[in-house]
Amino acid sequence: MSGSRGSGHIILRDILNASSIKRPIVKKYALLLFAPLVCLLNVSISFAKIETGSYSTQSSTADHSQFEELKQDFKTGPEVTAACLGCHTEASKQLHKTTHWTWAFENKLTGQTLGKKNVINNFCVATASNWARCTSCHIGYGWKDASFDLTSEESVDCLVCHESTGSYKKFPTAAGHPNYVPKKWPPKKGKTRQPPNLSEVAQSVGKPGRSNCGACHFYGGGGDGVKHGHLDSSMHNPSRELDVHMDATGLNFDCQTCHTTGSHQVAGSRYDPKASDKRGVVIPGLKDQNRASCESCHGNTPHPETANVKLNEHTSKLACVTCHIPEFARGGRKTKMWWDWSTAGKKDPDGKGIVIKDAQGYDTYNFKKGDFIWEANVEPEYYWFDGEVQFSLLENKIDDSGVVPINNIKGSYDDDKSRIWPFKVMRGRQPYDSKNKIFGIPHLFGKDADAYWQGFDWNNALAAGFKERGFEYSGEYDFVETEYYWPVTHMVAPAENSLSCESCHSAEGRLQNIDGVYIPGQNRFPWLDIIGWLIVLGTLGGVLLHGLGRIVAAKNKKRG
Amino acid sequence: MYARFERFWHWSQALLIILMLATGFEIHGSYALIGFEQAVSVHSFSAWVLIGLWIFAWFWHLTTGEWKQYIPSAPDRILSQIRFYAFEIFQGKAHPFHKKRDSKLNPLQRLAYLSLHVMIGPAIWISGLLYLFYKDWAAMELFSGISLTIIAMIHTAAAFLMLAFVVAHLYLALTMDEHPLSGLRAMITGYEQDPD
Repeated sequence: MSGSRGSGHIILRDILNASSIKRPIVKKYALLLFAPLVCLLNVSISFAKIETGSYSTQSSTADHSQFEELKQDFKTGPEVTAACLGCHTEASKQLHKTTHWTWAFENKLTGQTLGKKNVINNFCVATASNWARCTSCHIGYGWKDASFDLTSEESVDCLVCHESTGSYKKFPTAAGHPNYVPKKWPPKKGKTRQPPNLSEVAQSVGKPGRSNCGACHFYGGGGDGVKHGHLDSSMHNPSRELDVHMDATGLNFDCQTCHTTGSHQVAGSRYDPKASDKRGVVIPGLKDQNRASCESCHGNTPHPETANVKLNEHTSKLACVTCHIPEFARGGRKTKMWWDWSTAGKKDPDGKGIVIKDAQGYDTYNFKKGDFIWEANVEPEYYWFDGEVQFSLLENKIDDSGVVPINNIKGSYDDDKSRIWPFKVMRGRQPYDSKNKIFGIPHLFGKDADAYWQGFDWNNALAAGFKERGFEYSGEYDFVETEYYWPVTHMVAPAENSLSCESCHSAEGRLQNIDGVYIPGQNRFPWLDIIGWLIVLGTLGGVLLHGLGRIVAAKNKKRG
Repeated sequence: MYARFERFWHWSQALLIILMLATGFEIHGSYALIGFEQAVSVHSFSAWVLIGLWIFAWFWHLTTGEWKQYIPSAPDRILSQIRFYAFEIFQGKAHPFHKKRDSKLNPLQRLAYLSLHVMIGPAIWISGLLYLFYKDWAAMELFSGISLTIIAMIHTAAAFLMLAFVVAHLYLALTMDEHPLSGLRAMITGYEQDPD
């Protein structure tokens, strides 16, 4: 990995942090004595017991506000990038190789080509034909149609990830550009969005913070918390209860503390998940410095010796997050759980689109998008997962006789890669070509009459969408129910708030879906219980009758 | 009547078995008492103590020759004991066998305790150890043909039999003496009045 030097710095700092553990002096010496032994045996230390300082401290040796190159009156984003590239000569070349840039991802395990350019989801369905809207979350400038030049170095947006003023925002419909003049947003709401001061923004650059990543990842699917449910605006500055690692007043992790980076490649992609990380603690020197797994810091036996030994035995079959994320969408924001496109398009008698909101202001119906169900504090669904995910892509025929999985997650008790994982399962109904049996690509956004949000005609919208992807549209559409499995990995709760044994080990436990393994307390053999209690109660009844018989017999004898 | 070790064995075993039944059926999901995690801890800990105790007990029985007390009696003797419990006791007839130091158990007790020691006991602890170290056995590729489901089934079935044994034992031990409660006293003090 060419970027191991960058990650090495982070790891060194970790070790320095970890060695300043505040403990009584005797224990400290004991720790010194045993530390090498512990490392040798690959026994992990209980993290819960270690006092740690704030993780995030700015320590850059460069103050970009002093750089003459950045004291310019920048007119556009690409002008800023040109200035960045003056020193950071390799930056754009590195970015060009990332999924953040290409929106295409080769999954080596399945051979599928994924990425936002190719996958279909059950939110706004597809990027094709909706570029300028979708690419407001692309790390580039100007991806407004299929002709976008993916080799342009100056089209890389450095600022969205590296600026720290919080004032730089990509305009929602400007294909990745911020607005350079005051613009109305949201439309028809009477509000104006001022352009950012690009000079000030450029001088503020540094290491990305949570809010840089969050600018897109907290708002995926078209709004705050919509898509993931475990990433939303509450994660800008989360409390300890919400996320024990990102706790703004505690450990204060950045995203890249776990999603380690090198050459701008960010570790830990949902397109290539690891259901079970057997590397253990990732120490410097290991070839793979990817720390986007709990195990890469906590090891495979993370629970302290004082805890029930069975806990550490669970780690081979349970993902850490299965117990340690008791619920998602815990930060006071709701996440979308159901999206029914089939009901979209309703207008009132005056021809005005209908929007219905719930008590907290969340749309439960929007004429542009259909019906929604929103939920907060959601209990995940649990499934065996070995890390292999097969997506239903446009090339794949779908079976419309039932619910169509957008991604098939593989896994079972029987292989040693699979573990029980928590999922947000996004469900909904979306358009498909009912003759060709393929998912529909709706052209939603645009000023043309074919766009669904202009003409509200599914036939036109689908014809335009399919054309963009180079697929024939049969002219017949319908809506099909789909489900999309999202592994839940963020919003890790403090240990004291993790699930209790009874959460699963009880008759109504959470793992009702899980087969292949006997779960004490949940699974029973009803016939054995019946026979067993009959034997026990039969014995009890027998001895009682016997005793009664003796008493009666003794009385009779006395009387007689 | 009962040696010091025998009494220690009996009462500690009784305590442990009651503890293990109570926590075991909680783990099984029959009721909630002290919480699953606590129940598992107590159950696992008691299991080790009980296994240790059993090792001592086996050693004691083998070295003292006391194991001979469990040798099954002749069929006619067994039948006469059955006849006693089933009929004669209601007619006020005397016990067919007298308890002696070298022959403490009547023919049915011999059978009951023998099956407790060589069937229910081992079924519980063998299935229990398979249960407890299920993950390690798998890692060592041992007993791979036995699924946790089967292990749990045997363990649960044996537990039901153990519970039934406890019920029957309590009744018989407390009420079947020729002198009321003399057996209980003997199991505490070690001495029992010899009826002869």
